Amino acid sequence: MASEQLEEYLESILDIEEKEGIAKTSAIARCMKVAPASVTEALQTLSDKGFVHYEPYKGAYLTDQGREMARKVKRRHRLLEVFLSDVLHITGENVHDEACRMEHTLSDETERALCKMLNAPARCPHGSLIEACDRDVESCSACLKENPLAPTCTRDEHLVPVTSLRPGQKGTIAFIRGDSSVVQRLTDLGLTLKTDILLIRKAPLLGPVEISVRKTRLAIDHVIADHIFVTACAEKSG
Amino acid sequence: MRGEERMSGCRDKDQCPHLSAAGVDKREYVVALAGNANVGKSATFNQLTGVEQDIGNWPGKTIERAEGLLQYRGQRIRIIDLPGIYSINALSTEEQISREFIAHDHPDVVVNIVDASALERNLFFTLQLAELDSPLILAVNQMDLAAQKGIHIDTQKLSGLLGVPVIPTIAIQGKGIIALSDAIVSAVRDRPKPHTIRYGREVEDRIEKIMKLLPSGAGGYPPRWSAIKLLEGDTDTVWEVKKEAPDVIAASQVYARELERIHGEPAGTVMSGERYHAAERMVSEVMEIHTHGDQEVTLTERIDRIALHPVLGYLLLILTIGGLLIWTFIIGAWMSEFITTFLAGIAPIRPLVKGSVPEILFNGAWTGFVASLTLIIPYIIPFYLFLALIEDTGFLTRFSMMLDRGMHRMGLHGKAIIPLVLGFGCTVPACFSCRIIESPKQKFLAAFLVTLVPCSARTIVILGVVAVFVNIWWALALYLFDFILIVLLGRIAFRVLPGESVGMIMEMPDYHIPHLPGVLGQTWQRTKSLIWIVLPAYIAGSIVITGAYAMGFLEPINTLLSPVTVLLLGLPLLTGVVFVFGIIRKEMTLLALAALSGTTVFSTIMTPAQLIVFALVAMLYVPCISTIMVLVQEFGWRRAMGITSLETALALGFGTVAIRLLGLIL
Repeated sequence: MASEQLEEYLESILDIEEKEGIAKTSAIARCMKVAPASVTEALQTLSDKGFVHYEPYKGAYLTDQGREMARKVKRRHRLLEVFLSDVLHITGENVHDEACRMEHTLSDETERALCKMLNAPARCPHGSLIEACDRDVESCSACLKENPLAPTCTRDEHLVPVTSLRPGQKGTIAFIRGDSSVVQRLTDLGLTLKTDILLIRKAPLLGPVEISVRKTRLAIDHVIADHIFVTACAEKSG
Repeated sequence: MRGEERMSGCRDKDQCPHLSAAGVDKREYVVALAGNANVGKSATFNQLTGVEQDIGNWPGKTIERAEGLLQYRGQRIRIIDLPGIYSINALSTEEQISREFIAHDHPDVVVNIVDASALERNLFFTLQLAELDSPLILAVNQMDLAAQKGIHIDTQKLSGLLGVPVIPTIAIQGKGIIALSDAIVSAVRDRPKPHTIRYGREVEDRIEKIMKLLPSGAGGYPPRWSAIKLLEGDTDTVWEVKKEAPDVIAASQVYARELERIHGEPAGTVMSGERYHAAERMVSEVMEIHTHGDQEVTLTERIDRIALHPVLGYLLLILTIGGLLIWTFIIGAWMSEFITTFLAGIAPIRPLVKGSVPEILFNGAWTGFVASLTLIIPYIIPFYLFLALIEDTGFLTRFSMMLDRGMHRMGLHGKAIIPLVLGFGCTVPACFSCRIIESPKQKFLAAFLVTLVPCSARTIVILGVVAVFVNIWWALALYLFDFILIVLLGRIAFRVLPGESVGMIMEMPDYHIPHLPGVLGQTWQRTKSLIWIVLPAYIAGSIVITGAYAMGFLEPINTLLSPVTVLLLGLPLLTGVVFVFGIIRKEMTLLALAALSGTTVFSTIMTPAQLIVFALVAMLYVPCISTIMVLVQEFGWRRAMGITSLETALALGFGTVAIRLLGLIL
């Protein structure tokens, strides 16, 4: 099976997993618009390559390796969508379809250059979050200033927006993206780099998240919190 | 009660023998209370001066600075209570008021009040004050709450590190106030300046280089402060220095770029990070935390599990707001009836206009007096009492969090719920409280919507005209219509108005058990300030109406307005004057209607459809004079007039349509 197709499967599984926990064969088939039999076959191949754990009749979930791969492709897909719509002014359905075809052939170098050129966008034209890349830089602005592109090693840990922490989970602030006055405000309230931050709860309906930092509890708008990237600490057991 | 008569902090005369001592310093000193929101500045202010200042449990309570006088040990010291400020890099209007006062007006001493439980975040602002090099005293407040959390602070050591007096206080109980008063009295003479707190090497080098370039005394600020502000690219400082030394700006921009390259963040963020590092160092030296073994779940956390629960939270919210309104009108109606019976025993209310001129004028004054006591005050007191409870406990901030998402649809965020709820009481303080919202666009948007919220005056018109003489369902329908209108207009205004919307960042205070004297005091303060507006307006307005009517001045106004009132709205001719008087205060429409028609049974002069349209127009048209004045003060004439004409147009438009549609049904 072509790697393109495998990557498409990984993306779909990631989407379904985020919504439903485990990706059932039927759900994948619906999402990819293919026959369930082809899905079973593809899952078998992905499982052999170590990208998913596949249990017949139950479904599949991503391995760490598979998740990393899927996220990388997702990131490229959304970056390309921003490029196609904001720079080339391509409209409608075409943006998604073109990005779908292009995402599989993008090299790391091109992806980085694209991200820089687009000023490290936070969201794709459809509003989905573009995750932070895995390069070892202090922040997006550090990367934007870097010239020329120096080869860098990748980060050890995976960065997530604070909104993806679970209630009660701690993280360390890695960087904050966004409008400079908002970043300044957050910094002044104590959200400086490398500070520990605890997610207390998320308000319903994508409302604000409540966090605790430096013994202060703050309610922060969901969109602003999406831009606060943290290295997640292992969850407390019990 | 005037501040001069009180000497707070010393109830016992013997403790203060210095009052009459010789050599009294005639000069009046100015001392500013500053600090983060919700740390107890207002409580400290009340203890120092004896002037009652609202104390609530939401960040942004003090929206305008309050002044009082401390007379102590022969000194007259003017105390200014500033709105809460988290950082000198001010964002919202309330913070800018504080920044301007501290940086431009040069108070003799700044008393920085900090929350003992969150010392690190509070010291961030202290360090900014230290950069400003203003004479400083630190009051570490809420020591009791910190002790409950196992936090112990060595204030002596902190004083050594900062180089200024540090006083531990529990302001709400009056503890430490004498020590603070003593410190203030000595400080206005000694002017204790804080030590210069050093930051990282790469930052200090650049600060020093800019300081060397600055002409001495540029802008009247300390050079270190100016240098730091220039590095941060602070617009105000850049603008001021540019006039005297434009080349410094270019140089400081180069240094700022260098810093950004080293740290990979904007220079402003780098500086904030440096201040936090310094604050962390200090806190690690002066603070000890002893936790008792297993971490128990705090009361705040327990309540939040319900108050911020996806289902129970909204249920609680609906029950509270609904309860607030129902309680207001049940208690209000009861009090209103009680007062009416009581006053009727003193002198009969005769809105009929006849007799000699003094008799007419007395009748008018008496009617106005009775109307203000029976129409407004009974409803305002229970409303503010219940609201004070919600505020004091800390529930209001939880409602902000729960409703944030919904408010986004109107381009607002959760904090705007505070002015909107206040608006059910009186529009005037509600408009002022819009200052807690950071972006100018959202602030204006919130104030616009607040002017549409049915305040107690409008509610009384709706109830007094529609609920009494048509039925309660039409009154509720009017209410519902108003809410829908608020949401729709909010959405439209959000699209139409220029500027951007910023998301909410709000501190969540711990719940407090309501402090009864505080709650009662706040209710009384708010009621008192309204009585000052209502009572004279009512009495004067009522005299003018009856007098003008008796002299036949009102007919021309009615005739002039008749194309609108009679032709468009299909209302009786005399409503023209009624609406004119309603501009003073909306519930005056009821008063004027009664005085002019000679009856309080309005169903005898208007049909149900007319009554509904009358209430609808009264609800929407021109905000009252006091509201217009607040809008002018906050947003200027142009925008105030914009809101006024828009709302009048809406009232006439909806009224014209409604009278024709209602005529078909009723």
